[in-house]
Amino acid sequence: MVGKAEPVNGSVKPGSSQSIPAAMQGPLKKPDLIPNLSLKTLKLKTKQQELLIRVSILCLVYVLAFITRLFSVLRYESMIHEFDPYFNYRTTLFLTEKGFYEFWNWFDSESWYPLGRIIGGTLYPGLMVTAAIIYWLLRFLRFAIHIREVCVLTAPFFASNTTLVAYFFGKEVWDSGAGLVAAALIAICPGYISRSVAGSYDNEGVAIFALLLTFYLFVKAVNTGSLAWALASAFGYFYMVSAWGGYVFIINLIPLYVLVLLITGRYSVRLYVAYNSMYVLGMLLAMQIRFVGFQHVQSGEHMAAMGVFFLLQVFFFLDWVKHLLSDTKLFQAFLRITVTTAIGVGAIALGVGTASGYISPWTGRFYSLLDPTYAKDHIPIIASVSEHQPTAWSSFMFDFHILLFLFPAGLYFCFKRLTDATIFIVMYGLTSMYFAGVMVRLILVATPAVCLISAIAVSATIKNLTLVARAKNKVTQTGSARGSSSSKGSSKASLDQSQPFQRNGAIALLFGAFYLLSKYATHCTWVTSEAYSSPSIVLAARGAHGNRVIFDDYREAYFWLRKNTPPDAKVMSWWDYGYQITAMGNRTVIVDNNTWNNTHIATVGRAMSSYENEAYEIMRSLDVDYVLVVFGGVTGYSSDDINKFLWMVRIGGGVFPVIKEPDYLVNGEYRVDKGAAPKMLNCLMYKLSYYRFGELTTEYGKPPGYDRARGVEIGNKDIKLEYLEEAFTTSNWIVRIYKVKPPNNRW
Amino acid sequence: MARSTSKDAQALFHSFRSAYAATPTNLKIIDLYVGFAVFTALIQIAYIAIVGSFPFNSFLSGLLSCIGTAVLAVCLRIQVNRENKEFKDLPPERAFADFVLCNLVLHLVIMNFLG
Repeated sequence: MVGKAEPVNGSVKPGSSQSIPAAMQGPLKKPDLIPNLSLKTLKLKTKQQELLIRVSILCLVYVLAFITRLFSVLRYESMIHEFDPYFNYRTTLFLTEKGFYEFWNWFDSESWYPLGRIIGGTLYPGLMVTAAIIYWLLRFLRFAIHIREVCVLTAPFFASNTTLVAYFFGKEVWDSGAGLVAAALIAICPGYISRSVAGSYDNEGVAIFALLLTFYLFVKAVNTGSLAWALASAFGYFYMVSAWGGYVFIINLIPLYVLVLLITGRYSVRLYVAYNSMYVLGMLLAMQIRFVGFQHVQSGEHMAAMGVFFLLQVFFFLDWVKHLLSDTKLFQAFLRITVTTAIGVGAIALGVGTASGYISPWTGRFYSLLDPTYAKDHIPIIASVSEHQPTAWSSFMFDFHILLFLFPAGLYFCFKRLTDATIFIVMYGLTSMYFAGVMVRLILVATPAVCLISAIAVSATIKNLTLVARAKNKVTQTGSARGSSSSKGSSKASLDQSQPFQRNGAIALLFGAFYLLSKYATHCTWVTSEAYSSPSIVLAARGAHGNRVIFDDYREAYFWLRKNTPPDAKVMSWWDYGYQITAMGNRTVIVDNNTWNNTHIATVGRAMSSYENEAYEIMRSLDVDYVLVVFGGVTGYSSDDINKFLWMVRIGGGVFPVIKEPDYLVNGEYRVDKGAAPKMLNCLMYKLSYYRFGELTTEYGKPPGYDRARGVEIGNKDIKLEYLEEAFTTSNWIVRIYKVKPPNNRW
Repeated sequence: MARSTSKDAQALFHSFRSAYAATPTNLKIIDLYVGFAVFTALIQIAYIAIVGSFPFNSFLSGLLSCIGTAVLAVCLRIQVNRENKEFKDLPPERAFADFVLCNLVLHLVIMNFLG
């Protein structure tokens, strides 16, 4: 027995010295190797350390995503930015004051006078309901907070949540390391920050969270084949439909993904369970939103999903029959018959539906994504929005920085390890990058995909590099143990010669990667601070002594409107300012940013581009009491109405042929100085912008009437208004309000 | 040609029938349920072909509830079928619980959509 014990002792010792380095490699490989009981305590500690590191990284990323979006709150104040968020704010205010039933059935007579707008049925309620729920929750916990604060901080809060979802998604597609990198990248990526800063209370702030959540839950459902996950992804889809019109991307990408899986021979029953339950439940839930209505069965944009649904039924049926029948020849015959009938019936149904007009064709907004020249020729309103222009390379670099070249690297890694999940992320990345190239605004949709794929590249590269960097330790340790055979020893010895070079190279590359990532962080913070944190409604500039000068003219004008006009006054302005006027000025407007009625907007455009007497007729017919124009000549503000004027002419001329664009141009050139077209010098917009401007000296050394935004001296300085009178001009002349005079007495 | 296809069809039908008879009873019950749901859907389609689809949301909710229950029952059948390798370690009680939950959500939404 003593003799037996010794070899036992003898074999344990070299074994334990061998397994110590193996335990140190534990974090690099999956920790499921060592059966030795005495070292389990060591392994558990490593796992706990790993968990601690992961949780603390996620917490830091969560906080980082929130605070990096707070620049404008710190520099200006906690207010809502831009134009669209004011409408969302107004509806949220209405929801919290009047309750959900009133909100859902709200008909608003304060905009689009005299038509009104069915707000309850023409908005995406997700954002407002989310903010209202957070507000009620905080109120329940006795935080006396105003709804505006909740609205301002909703987008950063959901950006933080998006980082968490990105972590889980990365973990699902690749591993937890990639998930952590994805969370960190998406927390500060400028493409996402641009639409989710504090104050940008817009649908995209919540929609990107819903988008990523839906995709994550669906990929999880496909991987596990569980009905519960498919139900969760249907709810995620419902949240996305309630939040943003871009849900059309989901309902087309997921069927495309299923189709690609079918074509590449990856059909499985898990896919069947996931897609079918998500489609039926998701479609039903989506139809509860009034704005979406029956589009899922009637619109051409949603037919792909239905087609794939039927295709999957056919696949499953054929699979089942093949499984039941033992004779393959019979099955081939059966297969032929079924497939031809199925395709025939599908094609006939689609043809009949499209020809009879029951299935509506792709609407202009989405058709212009497939054919980018469509909007310019046919729908000038869509073409005029600056966010809908095609993307320049500089925008890609600005918004993505190093992710731009990490994206192809990540695609390479994904193709090396093809699973259902990586196929999905590759498809998401490629389709969203295509659409991001067509329209600047859609860089936002591409951002999560780019971050995830780049995270795969970063994580895989750093993992390989650290493996190589730590490999020398492993070689020396196993060299010292006696368990290795002589041939292995000699090969390891020869490897040992080149090890220092590989190791040094790996360490150098690691430093390079660290440098790149820190440059990325610096760039993102700089971009957020300089480019994406301005409220647009408050302007700032540097004074002569370097001090900061704030132009708060917009809010000054709206406040004046609120306090100095009768409550039922109607204000005519260009549609950009409609939401702000109703939200802050609390007055009825003629047209606003919803742009649902092109003819109404064209009427306003026609009024702005006509001579004063013709415009007065139009204004009387619309019951207009006040006219509001934005003018940047004194401050050099370049987004004013005179610069937008040609779009007014084009949109007005699109409906009323009496307005012709060449009338306002001289040799194809747009001018406001002495050489400008006579119609330009006498139209209503020109008169209202430059009234009394001819007496003002704006810049030292320049004649009076020098327009600082256009850089010229204006042509018509002696302007007399016959049918309007000046009501208010803000302190920097940015907003000018005129009152429409009532008709003269007859005698 | 026609004779060979009809003979093919008959042989197909026979082998199909004999193979189907071998499936377990619980799966046959689920198949019956699916058949019933599809039959109800066909009745509804026949109805709108005759009468018209005026409250379209009611028609859609009725039709989609039939299709939804059929689809969910097929998913249950897939998960409970012991021949499927993918779902080998999924207990059938869990599959049934998921099925009940999804049906609950489906019918709640249908009741809201009926109008």
